[in-house]
Amino acid sequence: MLEISNLVKRYGKDDAVLKGLNLSVTGSEVVSIVGASGAGKSTMLRCINRLVEPTSGSITLNGLELTQLRGAALRKARRKIGMVFQGFNLIDRLSVMENVLAGRLGYVSLFQAVSRRYPQEDIERAFYLMDRVGIAHYANKRADELSGGERQRVGVVRALMQNPEILLADEPTASLDPKTSEQIMVLLQGLASEMSLPVLINIHNVAQAKAYTDRIVGLRHGQMIFDGGPSDFNSDALDAIYGGIENPDDDGQDISVSGGVA
Amino acid sequence: MTPEQQQPRLWKKAPFIANPWLRYGLIIIAFAYLYWAVSTIPFNWQRISEGWPRAMRIFGGGFPPAFDRGELMWKGFKESFQIAFLATILGVLLSIPIAVMSAKNIAPKPIYFLGRAIIITARSFHPVIVAILFVAAVGFGPIAGILTLTLYSIGFVAKLLAEEIEEIDWGQVEAMRSVGAGYMATLVYGVFPQILPRQIGLSMYQLDSNLRASAVVGIVGAGGIGATLMNAFGRYDYDFAFAILILIIGIILISEAISGWVRKKIW
Amino acid sequence: MVEQKEDSLAKYWTRYDSKERWIRYVIYFLTVFAVVWAVKDIDIFWPWVWDAPNQMQNLAVRMWPPELGAWSAIGAALLETVHIATLSTMLTVFVALPVSYIAAQNTTPNRATLWLGRTILVSSRSVNTIIWALLFVAIFGPGVLAGILAVMFRSIGFIGKLMGEAIEEIDRKPVEAMEATGATRMQVVFYAIVPQVMPAFFAIVILRWDINIRESTVLGLVGAGGIGVLLQGAIDTFAWQTVATILIGIVFLVLVGETVTSVLRKKVL
Repeated sequence: MLEISNLVKRYGKDDAVLKGLNLSVTGSEVVSIVGASGAGKSTMLRCINRLVEPTSGSITLNGLELTQLRGAALRKARRKIGMVFQGFNLIDRLSVMENVLAGRLGYVSLFQAVSRRYPQEDIERAFYLMDRVGIAHYANKRADELSGGERQRVGVVRALMQNPEILLADEPTASLDPKTSEQIMVLLQGLASEMSLPVLINIHNVAQAKAYTDRIVGLRHGQMIFDGGPSDFNSDALDAIYGGIENPDDDGQDISVSGGVA
Repeated sequence: MTPEQQQPRLWKKAPFIANPWLRYGLIIIAFAYLYWAVSTIPFNWQRISEGWPRAMRIFGGGFPPAFDRGELMWKGFKESFQIAFLATILGVLLSIPIAVMSAKNIAPKPIYFLGRAIIITARSFHPVIVAILFVAAVGFGPIAGILTLTLYSIGFVAKLLAEEIEEIDWGQVEAMRSVGAGYMATLVYGVFPQILPRQIGLSMYQLDSNLRASAVVGIVGAGGIGATLMNAFGRYDYDFAFAILILIIGIILISEAISGWVRKKIW
Repeated sequence: MVEQKEDSLAKYWTRYDSKERWIRYVIYFLTVFAVVWAVKDIDIFWPWVWDAPNQMQNLAVRMWPPELGAWSAIGAALLETVHIATLSTMLTVFVALPVSYIAAQNTTPNRATLWLGRTILVSSRSVNTIIWALLFVAIFGPGVLAGILAVMFRSIGFIGKLMGEAIEEIDRKPVEAMEATGATRMQVVFYAIVPQVMPAFFAIVILRWDINIRESTVLGLVGAGGIGVLLQGAIDTFAWQTVATILIGIVFLVLVGETVTSVLRKKVL
């Protein structure tokens, strides 16, 4: 169970990006977080595994307070938090298998990592998961030879290799074409229920959020302004989240805000 | 999905070199080479073992560095700068005709080979070797230094410039030819304007690297601060030598910064 | 708003142009002035200058024909030169890599180590190989060890600086992903950074090896081993025909080095 309470994040002296956020996720819920660029979605996710240092507030995962951890304790906590990235964040020059096994880095020694001598059960689990997402035949291919959808599958498997207690996905489909991004969403949804894993997905595409997740959280200006089931997410909620923002997409990404919602 | 799903599936990192013979062969060759190289090199261990006290003596004698003989240092640095500067001017000017000669697209075949031969000769020898030959030919002093660095500049500037000329926009040359311009006029109007910015940048770079080299060619007698340094070293005047070294480093850093700044402005 | 900005930019540039022209005239004047000053002030005995072509021709005549008798000694010295270049390049790698790690802004542990790394690189680069050789000959006596150390100390700055830049240019995303898995600092370095800088590393080391072969040919002139020792000896005894053979040997060595380098570069990259 993930419990975020009164989370604040401020970069330098600017206005806070997150202004006292509260959120709790239980069981194997798939939660999508929607909001315009700059609403604080990505910052919130990165505060959970401390890629971004929260300014104040508390985050607990299954009873463990994450915000005060340092050094080895932080690394140990991160092992339990899988993360899937928008840009896949693979090591291009390494093989798919090496990328997948990187998910075990928190569990193996430096020597094992450098010499790639991972325990046999890690390798078997890697093959099992790669089979599950359909990339096992690529095991010895270089990561940069794969297509976008395949690369994101590698990213998902890497996160699952950690044996996580929660999965964070930061815009996992924003770099993919519509068809592939649907596939990835189906995959995340399926894996969450198979492994009874809570999943937090930052997503721009409201239609996909409604179709593939159990719960939608809407952020605006660092505050939660919507929390409910996909069926409750009506055009009023959409307006509250995105309304009055002239240009909701940044970075030139193809973001369909109104998608199939209207 | 695959038939052997029941048994444990093994995975090993694919080796960097796929062929095992080649892989182990290369490793063996590398170690054999190391053994051979180290065993054939004569090391005078007895002399080397005296190194530590000597190093102590040198650094002990070198600190604090003595900056008091300013006159002598100023003379050396001034001469180094003059050598570097004159050699850059001469080298850059001479490199223009040689670059034209060595550009495949505008020079006739025999001339092209002559130009390339000049460049290759100028590039093959380390400036210190060239310097020692010039010192033998024209005697100790800055002339040998200027000649050396001129040749050194030609090797570098002419080569890059020739490559630049080979990549020019040919349309401008054709335009000049179509209005009936002669060979020289074509060069001056169709070719040189295209390579001019690059040439200025190269000159600045070359001045910087000539300044570095001028400190070195003096060690074999070609004038400048290198000669002063060599003398100080020869007379075990380590505090003076370290003072010179520190100044050389400082001047090189400044010169590098200036040349980098100018090139950024022009390019 | 954008157009307005461009407009002001255009105005700025015209103004700059006339200023630039003015600067250009000043530079022309200063250059001419500097040439005149340098030519007048420099300590040159002009009759020697006019005699120089004559002297060089003389020297060339005395070098002909090259004396081929000493080829085996020259061959051995050339090999020694290669050994100096190769061994010093290998040794350099072990020192330069840690230095580049602390001299790269994105991997250095803290500001103090950053400056330590940068200082090592700058002092290594600013002192020429032959000056390093002078120092090491004074410490360890004439011989190959001084040469190896000299080439090494100069190469640390070269390889370290370029590797540091390669490290600074890596893609940060895989690093972030590795951190998110709970990897240690060293695991992140070896897993996410090393693979990314590998190609640059090979290219830089090969390039430096080629340069080091050239540098090693002159070490002997200050007594630090290699072919330069023979060259100095031949010049000191006015054995010009042997000098010619040695020079041919050096050209041959440099060309071989260039060929090997280009083959390696194609194979590895």
